[in-house]
Amino acid sequence: MYSTKYIKPNSTSEALEAIKSMGEGKFLAGGMTLIPTLKQRLASPDGLVDISGCDLDSISDEVDAIKIGAMTKHASVGESGLVKKAIPALAKLADGIGDRQVRNRGTLGGSVANNDPSACYPSAVLALKAIVHTNTRSIEADEFFTGMFETLLEENEIIEAISFSKPAKANYVKFPNPASRYAMVGVFVAQFNDGVRVAVTGAGEGGVFRHAEMEAALSSNYNADALSALEISSEGLISDLHASPEYRANLIKEMTKRAVV
Amino acid sequence: MNEVTKIDGIGSSVRRTEDKKFLTGKGRYTDDINRPGQVQAYFLRSDVAHAEIKSIDTKAAQSAPGVVGVFTGADIAVDKVGGPICGWVVPCRDGSSTKEPPHPLLAQGKVRFVGDAVAVVVAETMEQAKSAAELIDVDYNELTPVVDFVNADKGAQIHEEVPNNCYFDWELGDEGATNKAIERAAKVVKLSVRNNRLVPNAMEPRSALAEYDSLDESYTLHTTSQNPHLTRLVLAAFMFAIPESKLRVIAPDVGGGFGSKIYVYIEEAVCVWASKKIGRPVKWTADRTQAFLTDCHGRDHVNDVQLALDENNKIIGLRVDTVCNLGAYLSAFSVVVPTILHGTLLSGQYDIPAIYTNVKGMATNTVNVDAYRGAGRPEATYLLERTMETAAKEVGMDPAEFRRINFIPKDAFPYQTQVALQYDIGDYEPHLDKAMEMIDYSNFEKRRAEAAKRGMYRGIGMSSYIEACGLAPSAVVGALGGRVGQWESASVRVNPTGTISVFTGSHSHGQGHATTFAQIVADKLGIPMENVEVIHGDTDKTPFGMGSYGSRSLASGGSAISKAVDKIINKSKKIAAHLLEASEDDIDFKDGKFVVGGTDKEKAFGEIALAAYVPHNYPLETLEPGLEENAFYDPTNFVFPSGTHIAEVEIDPATGVVEVVDWAACDDFGNLVNPMIVEGQVHGGIAQGIGQALLEDAHYDENGQLLTASYMDYCMPRADDLPSFKVGYTNTPCTHNDLGVKGCGEAGAIASPPALINAVIDALSPLGVTDMSMPATPQKVWKAIQESQSVAAE
Repeated sequence: MYSTKYIKPNSTSEALEAIKSMGEGKFLAGGMTLIPTLKQRLASPDGLVDISGCDLDSISDEVDAIKIGAMTKHASVGESGLVKKAIPALAKLADGIGDRQVRNRGTLGGSVANNDPSACYPSAVLALKAIVHTNTRSIEADEFFTGMFETLLEENEIIEAISFSKPAKANYVKFPNPASRYAMVGVFVAQFNDGVRVAVTGAGEGGVFRHAEMEAALSSNYNADALSALEISSEGLISDLHASPEYRANLIKEMTKRAVV
Repeated sequence: MNEVTKIDGIGSSVRRTEDKKFLTGKGRYTDDINRPGQVQAYFLRSDVAHAEIKSIDTKAAQSAPGVVGVFTGADIAVDKVGGPICGWVVPCRDGSSTKEPPHPLLAQGKVRFVGDAVAVVVAETMEQAKSAAELIDVDYNELTPVVDFVNADKGAQIHEEVPNNCYFDWELGDEGATNKAIERAAKVVKLSVRNNRLVPNAMEPRSALAEYDSLDESYTLHTTSQNPHLTRLVLAAFMFAIPESKLRVIAPDVGGGFGSKIYVYIEEAVCVWASKKIGRPVKWTADRTQAFLTDCHGRDHVNDVQLALDENNKIIGLRVDTVCNLGAYLSAFSVVVPTILHGTLLSGQYDIPAIYTNVKGMATNTVNVDAYRGAGRPEATYLLERTMETAAKEVGMDPAEFRRINFIPKDAFPYQTQVALQYDIGDYEPHLDKAMEMIDYSNFEKRRAEAAKRGMYRGIGMSSYIEACGLAPSAVVGALGGRVGQWESASVRVNPTGTISVFTGSHSHGQGHATTFAQIVADKLGIPMENVEVIHGDTDKTPFGMGSYGSRSLASGGSAISKAVDKIINKSKKIAAHLLEASEDDIDFKDGKFVVGGTDKEKAFGEIALAAYVPHNYPLETLEPGLEENAFYDPTNFVFPSGTHIAEVEIDPATGVVEVVDWAACDDFGNLVNPMIVEGQVHGGIAQGIGQALLEDAHYDENGQLLTASYMDYCMPRADDLPSFKVGYTNTPCTHNDLGVKGCGEAGAIASPPALINAVIDALSPLGVTDMSMPATPQKVWKAIQESQSVAAE
């Protein structure tokens, strides 16, 4: 990697000051994407502002939602009693990300801000009607993700926490890429009183997306059989060495069926 | 007297004595070693597959911070340093020989694959070297890359010396007799298979640390090698024209090779050269990306097979036409792998009266292809065992029975095949029977039906393989085009107190030689294993040796040790006879004691050792003092392990995922020295074979870019991809080595891919699927199911 400055402030406001003092600074959360990028010399920021000291890693019960600090590690979400009780599917998702080492470094906020098309967390954000709280505003999940690796976040805006609505029922099932074990298709299904939300990650050319037809079918009948007659379109799905759009379309339906239990 | 407490001899599953340091992270690998004043080398590599180099401007890099030298192919040319050589060539059908284009250490005039080294930057730190390399300006005139090796003859010519991009066009066997058999056959089974390209992925990436001593004008090279003496020979004799005594090569702990660390690569040679040029020790260590791009890859064949059967389903002929990809330059054993190590194996375990094979080795703009665990033999076994299974299905026979009627009968050994090899011994029905029993073959259809109730397709597939290990004898190797000998050396030094230092020419990079070799010595001398130390991997310590590859270490290296120990025993008997005032002929050696037959007069081995070094009472007039013996063992033939592996799979039609649910491996490796280590080798080999059959695929795009250049896209087998293996053995001891041993290192990787693909096809056979290429990825299997269903619907 190219040599760069490293600062570890103690609060979000200090972090913002630090990044403003740099030409092209980068916030460093868990570093699971940024550090490999730097090591391969694919990025050369003027400095890194490590926000792991900014006290952003608490998990709290907000009656209708679980609020999780942005710097909470996947392992902490996976083993949180609060999360396991209120939204077990979210704990399961966190527990299935990467390997033990990744889960003990990678963070919720880092994953969501990066919006990697094959990351697991964005599907939970979208399916669980989450609110993304930043240092300046609160953004609804449906607005937040704007495309592959793209979000509504502006320059120098930090995610501080994310509130996930408690569903009546939810589940996350992924089909991992055989090589990387990132989600080749991951489906988060959440049943609320006002309907079912189905979010698909790993498959869309524009990143995570909600699947309207499956949501409609499951809202009227929350049963895997309700999906049998559906044709899943392969349009707009990712094509790569490991899966064609048609195969991904098949997996979307299959993983959704498996998620509805 | 040396008290014998415990003998961990031949046949005992002793725990590996070397594992403590590896499991506690204390292994000492090349990159762990640092020398005072050391600098780092970084290679600027071509990012295009095929191009002329119009110019290279290194000026800015030369003056970058920390840089001590920037060199290109022009500097190498001025110093007249040679490039890597091809260690084995074969004749072509038209009477010409293999075309051997030069392989300069740094590109001269042209680059030929993505990863080809264009320049080297040597700097105080690796980061400085990398930064400086970014300042080098290379102006390329890009040429059309040749990637599709099957049609490489129609592509742009890569080397002036290689017309039609064909390095060789070789044949073996009787074409006329084979074609006649095909003409008169009751049935001809035709199959075209592809052996997918693999990246070796040793856990430790390649590394080199070279140091020049200007006082005695000598070099020391630490490097990741499976055969340090061969590395020294190639570097000294072919590249630098220096006496071997001026170059010491040390291969310390080496973290896996699988073939990829046999050859001398350009990087270690450049480090050696630069260490003198700069006058400081030069280190280079590959990162994983460089390993993907520049380690020699494996396999990459297409084979067209015709198997001729008579009206009784007996094989009467086999013709195999092969095209293989050898990449941008000829690597050390790239020619022998698809020819001598492939064509000669085509008889398998079967009595085939006529065989003919033609192999074309093609040049492409991809990295070199060379030996990878099994090296030619997996390719031969894959095409043959896929064809055997296909033939059995086509003639409506059980695949086991079809194999059985075609096996070489037990009483036919030694058996001369139609493809040069003579099998000394084997007995194939017992391992077939035992493997079938281990997996409960007779009840398979019940399991298939039960799986079908769960919506799963279950299949079973087998492979009965032959392997030829420990290439030998040297005279035959030479006659077949080999440019090296294929013997092995050992030096056994008995120390004055009776402990033993064994110096072996074999090299351990995971195989457990420190344990297995010590067991042989302990067993033969009747002493505790902890009294035996095995030393390897340093050309200044061990006698010239050929190193480890081709499952040769035990059969060749172990036999050499055994022979050296025999010489120790013979000399010891003379000493014992003197001490016991008896005739040498009356001395028996048993359980570590020299006894005068029929008496209670005896001397322990330790007493003999002491007498040899403190020869106060010693027959000095007829016998030299000291107790140290060398042996150079040139085997009289290959060894021929064989076996049957049976795989059972379940396929989820909704996703195409293949789960390996059961595995029976029954192998004949001759006598086993350490059954636990052997079982580990079998497990590892099967894991690699499952990797090839289901997961791994090195994929270049049409521009010659390696798309699978990281673990994000190149899929390695993991523990949860593997079943629990059932491992069993039969034993027909090798007839021509003292230990009766064969080889076990590659068998798993040879046997497993066809067994697994046969099982996948069997699982899908109710749908009408008859073919499946490797790797059988979920997507590919799902697609085959979809296509079979749409065919069924029409």
